[in-house]
Amino acid sequence: MPFNPHTPDDVEQMLAAIGAKKIEDLFDEIPKELRIESLAGIPEALNEMQIGRLMAARAAQDGTPLNFIGAGAYDHHIPSAIWAVTSRGEFYSAYTPYQAEASQGTLQLIYEYQTMISSLTGMQVSNASLYDGGSAVAEASLMAIRAHRKSRAQRILVPTTLHPNYRKVAVATASGQGVRFEEVPCPKGFLALSDLEKFAGEDITALVIQQPNFFGALEDVDAITDWAHANNILVIASVNPTSLAILKPPGEWGSRGADIACGDCQPLGVPLSSGGPYAGFLTTRMEFVRQMPGRIVGRTVDTNGKQGFALTLQAREQHIRRGKATSNICTNQGLLVTAATIYLSLLGPEGLARVANECHRATQELVAALTRVKGVKLAFDRPRFHEAVLQLDRPVAPVLAELARRGIVGGYDLSNDYPELGNAVLVCATETRTAADIKAYADALAETLKAAVRAA
Amino acid sequence: MAMLKHPEKIIFEYSRPKRGAYGQWPTEKQTANAVAADIPEALRRKQAPLLPEVSELEVVRHFTRLSQLNFSIDTHFYPLGSCTMKYNPKACNQYAMLPGFLGRHPLAPESTGQGFLACMYELQEMLKEVTGMQGVALSPMAGAHGEFAGVAMIRAYHRARGDLARNEIIVPIAAHGTNPATATMCGCVVKEIPVNDQGDIDVEALKAAVGPNTAGIMLTNPSTCGVFERRIKEVAKVVHDAGGLLYYDGANLNAILGKVRPGDMGFDVIHMNLHKTFSTPHGGGGPGAGAVGVSARLLPFMPIPVVGKDGDRYRWLSEKDLPQSIGRLSAFMGNAGVLLRAYIYMRMLGREGMHRVGEFATLNANYLMARLAQAGFDPAYPARRASHEFIITAKRQARDLGVTAMDFAKRLLDYGFHAPTTYFPLLVPECLLIEPTETESKEALDGFIDAMIAIQKEAESQAEFVRSAPHTMTVRRLDDVRAARQLDLTWKPVAA
Repeated sequence: MPFNPHTPDDVEQMLAAIGAKKIEDLFDEIPKELRIESLAGIPEALNEMQIGRLMAARAAQDGTPLNFIGAGAYDHHIPSAIWAVTSRGEFYSAYTPYQAEASQGTLQLIYEYQTMISSLTGMQVSNASLYDGGSAVAEASLMAIRAHRKSRAQRILVPTTLHPNYRKVAVATASGQGVRFEEVPCPKGFLALSDLEKFAGEDITALVIQQPNFFGALEDVDAITDWAHANNILVIASVNPTSLAILKPPGEWGSRGADIACGDCQPLGVPLSSGGPYAGFLTTRMEFVRQMPGRIVGRTVDTNGKQGFALTLQAREQHIRRGKATSNICTNQGLLVTAATIYLSLLGPEGLARVANECHRATQELVAALTRVKGVKLAFDRPRFHEAVLQLDRPVAPVLAELARRGIVGGYDLSNDYPELGNAVLVCATETRTAADIKAYADALAETLKAAVRAA
Repeated sequence: MAMLKHPEKIIFEYSRPKRGAYGQWPTEKQTANAVAADIPEALRRKQAPLLPEVSELEVVRHFTRLSQLNFSIDTHFYPLGSCTMKYNPKACNQYAMLPGFLGRHPLAPESTGQGFLACMYELQEMLKEVTGMQGVALSPMAGAHGEFAGVAMIRAYHRARGDLARNEIIVPIAAHGTNPATATMCGCVVKEIPVNDQGDIDVEALKAAVGPNTAGIMLTNPSTCGVFERRIKEVAKVVHDAGGLLYYDGANLNAILGKVRPGDMGFDVIHMNLHKTFSTPHGGGGPGAGAVGVSARLLPFMPIPVVGKDGDRYRWLSEKDLPQSIGRLSAFMGNAGVLLRAYIYMRMLGREGMHRVGEFATLNANYLMARLAQAGFDPAYPARRASHEFIITAKRQARDLGVTAMDFAKRLLDYGFHAPTTYFPLLVPECLLIEPTETESKEALDGFIDAMIAIQKEAESQAEFVRSAPHTMTVRRLDDVRAARQLDLTWKPVAA
């Protein structure tokens, strides 16, 4: 047993103090017939040297291909300082900050995070984070239903320009409580007011707007927000935090601003890591703060009048309210919030804007290079940020498979989620993709498509 | 342990215009205006967000100092009941952060993820073995998320059978708050049943509670009272005979690892807190991982994605493979990096190590309970064996000395020990729920016992001193009422 400190002497003394003969006696309240003698399916233990070799081999098997997928998870530069500090045991191995006096570091960090993410989204208050961008949309929808007291319908409009997996998470999470998610088809690749017209005047709780949308296109957020508010519908913004360095924050959309903003902190110093752990963020206006799910940290004073930080508004939460809580969530993604807060501190307002600009510039360069390849065209001609849909002259999957063989992860195949778009692929470049990377992709794509034509 | 003794400024208070960690900024290849030229003016941000302008050293020093204001497993004994604060091996972090794992995009083709998927598949198989379940899905991202998946599967199961009336979830009164909150989130009605004076479920009350509306029962075993539910087979029979299913809250799985399996006790669905039993880090409140295991009848309803194996190739199972799935609970694959850490930990424990976890966690808890009882403290269930945790009630101290469980908890911080869980479960007055875990040495436990004895003496001679603890942290007890009434949730610059 690799991590137990007990010597035979220790065991003997401890059993004597308990008044037991052997460790086995401590399990004498468990019915005999339920006991198991062996776990045959578990392999023999590996020491650190052995597990290190195994994991290195597994990681090497997956390699480090050149990645051009975004679709909700982005391959940004991660400063060394982030994980050097985040991996410190005092952050890494601490628990939820219930004992405030022994957790001031985590609590103050969350307060700083709340400040940064509120400002980035142009909202007044933030919680301490949720699981990921998908669960954040689900929780925002449930929150909207609590917040919108005049709406009885529990109907949430989700345009098809919202990330398809976010839509699935929202349905799986909230439909048990009777929430209805109604998809709004967006045939033009963006949410047009004409797509929404048929809902005018109906009892609808909220509309989710993703900016930039799943295809990378920019939605006309001002007009849509004003339309929703005119129809007594709350607006939930699902946004990419990097984009907010240069794009209008949800708090300023339309004449009143969005009501709830949410998204994923992954672009802020969190590695792709096959999908997690990431952290969802959720911000809102002060008037809705008591409807928020999850933990919230507040600044207060101690008995000497000195500044300190504590979890607050806990009357909303499961450990107090049990069955009447705003959510069953009892964690935040603390370690990822730590990473995101350090990231935003290192980048600052100007550094983050530079990242956003460089991502956008690289994507424009990528789109230009790929659309010069015979058999490739741009799907939607629309102002965009950071991501774009291309259409190929043949099915996408075999092309992506061939690119993967050449060490290039060439984009996200849209044919499952959007069959109406034909042979469509979503591509993305971040500030980490160089001109040489983009050329390598364009060349490989040209060769792959040429070979496919020859084979046919 | 270097605990910082001074408060640390807010990061914004270090900020100066035009300062920055320039080495982290990308080199601009075009001016910002040229890049953004194709973004309509109306969609652009006008005012820069409030982010600090600080140097890299200032950032590193600030956050390092903040870390030093925390207790953690690496620095302190952390006997937090129901939380299983055991050592988080460094190897798990190191090898989960190899570039091949960190750089992999969640939507990248399966052909570029066979190494990762092999780990996930083997993790599923190992978790099936230690729990005695027939299938495991890894995507739930925390214990409460796993609970949600579990209750949603129970509902889906009844619905698929056309058994539409079953919407009641029974929970013992001692259950974690997440249990009733989860039932509500799944659209169920919560029915609470009492626990008897030995910490066991009141089986007669259970018999009266079940019926044609029973969807299932949510149980922790060992229970939150720190004792093994001895009549578990009878409980299972009562619920199954009534047409309900049994949900196992895996919060206390550490106690029985390698000794008894939820699947053998009759449970139909279980969530495992990988951040407890399988030692992935708590990270100051997350990320966790709440993998779920199911019996054969719930296999079709598992949340996607699940890792499958065709020949020697691993692949994601999706809606096409599991058309009755309760659906997708995370945007991608749950907390994949946490799952890798749990995989590494399980491989390092191996078969023998699994058995030792339950044994030594139980040995440590029973030793601590016996020694505290000998020192004059009152175990809530003195006639019972402790599982991996146990309850001390400070009811007598509160009544006679005016010193509460919370006062003991706060004074322990001064002695360099994290407090036990206080005031949970709610049914034991002045409750301290203590869980030492198997990775603590006898000396660490003895140090904790000495501190408890010393605090008891202080309570008898200078109660006010204990009541006003902690005395050595950077802050004293905080004004929670003010925190909630005068909400200060974001820093604001002082107007110049």
